[in-house]
Amino acid sequence: MVQRLDYLKETPSQTAGPYVHIGLAPGAAGFDIYRQELGWDIAGPNAKGERIRVEGVVIDGTGNPVKDVLIEAWQANAAGIYAHPEGGGEVEDGFRGWGRVITDFETGEWGFDTVKPGPVRARRKLGSGPLHPPAHANDDWQGRADEAHHDMAPHINLWIVARGINIGLNTRMYFEDEGAANATDPVLNLIEWESRRPTLIAKQAGMRDGVQVYRFDIRLQGEGETVFFDI
Amino acid sequence: MSGPAEYYQRDRERHPPAYTRDYKTSVARSPSKALISLQQSVSEVTGPVFGHNDIDPIDNDLIHNYAKPGESPIGERIIVHGRVLDENGRPVPNTLVEAWQANAGGRYRHKKDTYLAPIDPNFGGCGRTLTDENGYYFFRTVKPGAYPWRNWVNNWRPAHIHMSVFGTSFSQRLITQCYFEGDPLIAQCPIVKTIPSQDAIDSLIAALDMNATVPLDSIAYKFDIVLRGRRSTLFENRLEGN
Ligand SMILES: [Fe+2]
Repeated sequence: MVQRLDYLKETPSQTAGPYVHIGLAPGAAGFDIYRQELGWDIAGPNAKGERIRVEGVVIDGTGNPVKDVLIEAWQANAAGIYAHPEGGGEVEDGFRGWGRVITDFETGEWGFDTVKPGPVRARRKLGSGPLHPPAHANDDWQGRADEAHHDMAPHINLWIVARGINIGLNTRMYFEDEGAANATDPVLNLIEWESRRPTLIAKQAGMRDGVQVYRFDIRLQGEGETVFFDI
Repeated sequence: MSGPAEYYQRDRERHPPAYTRDYKTSVARSPSKALISLQQSVSEVTGPVFGHNDIDPIDNDLIHNYAKPGESPIGERIIVHGRVLDENGRPVPNTLVEAWQANAGGRYRHKKDTYLAPIDPNFGGCGRTLTDENGYYFFRTVKPGAYPWRNWVNNWRPAHIHMSVFGTSFSQRLITQCYFEGDPLIAQCPIVKTIPSQDAIDSLIAALDMNATVPLDSIAYKFDIVLRGRRSTLFENRLEGN
């Protein structure tokens, strides 16, 4: 026998179930209870940059839309800064960069309004010294892996839960009109199968009320399966 | 010299796999390809921050946050309390914990729930709170009832409260369910049994906590939640010559 390591083990995940809305979006479940629900305003009124709308549907392995999914979004602002103590700087007043949406119970369509995020600094290359001057003392964590040197292309991090999803699925949404940045993005390039990379790229779907709409359909299983990450 | 680094990788052998045949809804909703493992960047080590402006003090009291004035829901009055910790054993302060559940009869206040048991006019069934500086949280509620669900013809969920926790980074985001000590339905439930080990299942069963009961008022259960821990960088910065 050897000494015990005193780490705790992470609590195991369980499905969010069919009634996730009661907890996280009670208005959608059919009742008002809180002064304000969280997550309906991602960018706030003061965010700089281009206002956009993102829409899509989540499709299961039978080809049908998933009508009881909940998606959370986490993104940087237009300057590539996250609203977090280690996010790289200050963000606009009222910018949280986090939101949650549910699907329409009849159609499975979901959508959210936000601003287009800017490029975000990547991990830096081993031995190369700081790629960016540390904006914050806690930037230390960035400094080890031997990965590509570029900034990450603009992207929105997504987390998907639903009945039948035993542990939340993490993915990223990139933008069709950022071809050059996408081509050097270290995460997209990590995906060995080039044919799978387009599953992470939202398509431009025209303008509505003066706002660019992006379409991002998520396929949980099978043909065209979206790339999901173990982060 | 040292500082916070990535979060420990998730132990996927402790979590339920995506595909679990006996929880039928997972069959068509489980990715068939392997997850792509990502070394964490700023996108993964950051996450939303919440404060006391976001919620109200009553939000963690499910006995009163929906009831008509002077009334309260039917059911066994309970307190569910515990700490949110990380894998290093450190408390996670000021993090948002959200909870939702069926009423004492096993019925959810949800337009999609059509179970025979009645809605309780004084019970909403959701709550939320921020952990304090020691990672401590509590809810007051009524004990949820077991309810039937369509999987096999005759499946019953054990009494449970759904819990959602954020931590300090998007990589720690977690939804789980809290079960209650002594419930014989736990061992029968196909959703519980998506979890591969008994040890991990046991970590979702809240313990009866007589010391935390309020005599003549409410019984108590303790439910601690553990989120992913974080590495320290130790020597890595020296390699960088910083
Ligand atoms: Fe449930």
